[in-house]
Amino acid sequence: MAADVTAANSARAPLSRFLRWDILVGVLLVLVFAGGAIGSPEFANAGNLSFALGDLGEIALIALAMTLLVVAAEVDLSVASVLGLSSALVGHLWDAGWAIETIIPLVVVVGAVCGLVNGLLVTRLGLPSLAVTIGTLALYRGLAQVVLGDRAIAEFPQSYVNLAVNNVPGTPIPYPVALFAVLAVITAVTLHATGFGRALFAIGAQVEAAHFAGIRVKRIKLILFVVSGIVAAFAGVVYTLRYGSARADNGSGLELAVIAAVLLGGVDFDGGKGTLGGVIAGVLLIGLLRNLLMLNDVSTEIQSVVTGLLLVISVITPRLVAVARQRRRAPSPVMPTTPTP
Amino acid sequence: MTGAAEATAPHGPGTGDAPPVLALAGVSKSFGAVRALRDVSLELHAGEAHALAGENGAGKSTLVKTLSGVHRPDSGQVLMDGRPVEFHKPADAQRHGVAVIYQEPTMFPDLSVAENIFIGRQPRASLGRIDRGAMRARAAELFARLGVALDPEQPARGLSIADQQLVEIAKALSRDARVLIMDEPTAALSVNEVARLFTVVKALREQGCAVLFISHRLDEIFELCQRVTTLRDGAWIAGEAVAGLTHEALIRRMVGRDLDTLYPKLDAATGEVALKVHRLTREGVFTDVSFEVRRGEIVALAGLVGAGRSEVARAVFGVDRWDAGWVEVNGRRLPPASPTAAMSAGVALVPEDRRQQGLVMDQSIERNIGLTGLKRLRRGPVISRAAERDRARDWAIRLQLKFNRLSDAVNVLSGGNQQKVVLAKWLSTRPQVLIIDEPTRGIDVGTKAEVHRVLSELASDGMAVLMISSELPEVLGMADRVLVMQEGRLVAEIPRAEATEESVMTAAAGRTS
Repeated sequence: MAADVTAANSARAPLSRFLRWDILVGVLLVLVFAGGAIGSPEFANAGNLSFALGDLGEIALIALAMTLLVVAAEVDLSVASVLGLSSALVGHLWDAGWAIETIIPLVVVVGAVCGLVNGLLVTRLGLPSLAVTIGTLALYRGLAQVVLGDRAIAEFPQSYVNLAVNNVPGTPIPYPVALFAVLAVITAVTLHATGFGRALFAIGAQVEAAHFAGIRVKRIKLILFVVSGIVAAFAGVVYTLRYGSARADNGSGLELAVIAAVLLGGVDFDGGKGTLGGVIAGVLLIGLLRNLLMLNDVSTEIQSVVTGLLLVISVITPRLVAVARQRRRAPSPVMPTTPTP
Repeated sequence: MTGAAEATAPHGPGTGDAPPVLALAGVSKSFGAVRALRDVSLELHAGEAHALAGENGAGKSTLVKTLSGVHRPDSGQVLMDGRPVEFHKPADAQRHGVAVIYQEPTMFPDLSVAENIFIGRQPRASLGRIDRGAMRARAAELFARLGVALDPEQPARGLSIADQQLVEIAKALSRDARVLIMDEPTAALSVNEVARLFTVVKALREQGCAVLFISHRLDEIFELCQRVTTLRDGAWIAGEAVAGLTHEALIRRMVGRDLDTLYPKLDAATGEVALKVHRLTREGVFTDVSFEVRRGEIVALAGLVGAGRSEVARAVFGVDRWDAGWVEVNGRRLPPASPTAAMSAGVALVPEDRRQQGLVMDQSIERNIGLTGLKRLRRGPVISRAAERDRARDWAIRLQLKFNRLSDAVNVLSGGNQQKVVLAKWLSTRPQVLIIDEPTRGIDVGTKAEVHRVLSELASDGMAVLMISSELPEVLGMADRVLVMQEGRLVAEIPRAEATEESVMTAAAGRTS
């Protein structure tokens, strides 16, 4: 009996699958791209797109780790400050004569420690990550200023700067974006095909049930925060080399763009729902929009307004859709159905 | 109040000259596809205590909510003194003199007993000030009428549940309630407290109140009530005088069949000790709990709500930590506070609250079942969806789960089928020790019998089963041995042959009498 009901249901499946939020964002991405290509002549050429992609690198990298956190119903708002602290440390140590080969691993370890502090506060003390990471957002940015003050350190070794800026030979893809592509595949597999990913969705959707199913909730959350710290610190290295400038205020406000991209990609801020494909579409959409605004000489203030609007829209729309669906569904079950056996 | 004259007029139980104070005539009520009440009729007469019997899910609480104005019937009528009335909200029912006393009343803990009684209707002195003296005097008068010694000035915080119920009854009297609906008032009371409550209710009955009394304890129905109405699966089964009825006959009406088919307990050979709990203590929750469960055995953990049964189960499985003692599975000690370790030792816990603890409600059937076997479903680094689906399908078939597709979210399933998914989720780990907390709470009679059959088969295949249940018939029907907890301690161990409603309840409620 299960089989024939399955057949009846599959007729309805393609439509609802098409209406998924992450697919819609993908469609929107194509539309923005087409609109941009028609509207601005400078937009759709390899040089500009390559620049637009490169400009997205840090946001994209951090968004991968953020996706895992938000799926597990946590968030890390301190990522941009970790990026700044990392940048400040790179500048300070380089200025003090350290070798860049020593600085990079060290800075990544510092990022891991920043993430560990967030994770321990959340898992050991049971504090909400929103509050904890607002605190460490200020703390880590403050540390960055302690390390570097108002100085700006420049003139990093050319071979490393090239790695952050140049394209992979024969392609229009900058090295950081290529790295992002590799990490995105790994993250997608982790989230959607491994037991770890299954555990993340269960934690985000119903943490108590996950705990009762033998999932090590606290340990997993701790790992996510550490990964987030590592990725943010590494993004700080990329940022510093790409701009050729280490400053304590590098990347401030970047966390909002990251979260906007993740939510725009259809990840539920309450956890338990989302796809990495959606997040990648969200990241690209934000990147293209920023690039288009820049090409059309729209001020950075307005760019910030657009990011903010996207964030609000991406939080509100799924709720509205859910409410509308519930209203539409409500009258149907009242119809008399089969008698109780 | 138009009915005041009739209510005070002498009226013998069951005589039928005066119209019933409150009645339902042919009432039906559905929630979506679930028909909670089907053509149910009931008459409550002044001076009569009327029992409402039926299993969990029979429709008792829907009936109470219809009488008290929470729900409105889809069809049929609510009648007061023979005239149809419509209760649009609970306040309407209250105004007509219908009061409901719940199992655990909600009170304002920082207000005094008198203030709780007169909340929102305090007697006023000049300038709109609350007349505390009058309020105190009227509360004292109410308690005197009930024959209980409660201090009106005492804060509600710290009152026992039994005392809180008495305050609620006083409140109902202060509103001139003519109908008192008591929804499982005795579930959390000790023997003494039940006796005191009954004295009060009998007095009210003699003063002309109509009482609707709900209890799972059949003895109480036989002691307190003149008439009993039985519901099963939302349908009216019988309305009759209690005198002349036997326990067995009443159970048959509630269950619809004889107990032995609902509780198909097979005799199983018991093997070696699978689970051994030694002097387990969690401070302030349970103390010095020791017991063993052997292979092939179903051991029930009985006791009142709040006796610490679920907490012991949670600690054994590692969801909570313990402060002292130890747990051994097949001779090996379990580390504390690690569900992962308990699972790999072969322990499974089907938890009490399936919506919060048992299932991820938004996720599919197959994902929920697969969640306990993430390591086993791995092919290389990734989960095999085929293996996940096979595992879910195997267990869905074995447990006769009713579903459309395995990819459907579990929140579209009925309660009984959700419970089967939780069972599948845990049985698919092939446990040697199954701890199951309230295996059939809130599921229909048919599924209940299936769950019992599964448990019985598992035990006869050599599984050690520890079952926590608040339903005495389930405990008596399924268990080889009954352990009874009271206030965090294990107070009795009763073998199957000696386990009766009386012996278990006496142990659970404590021998303070």
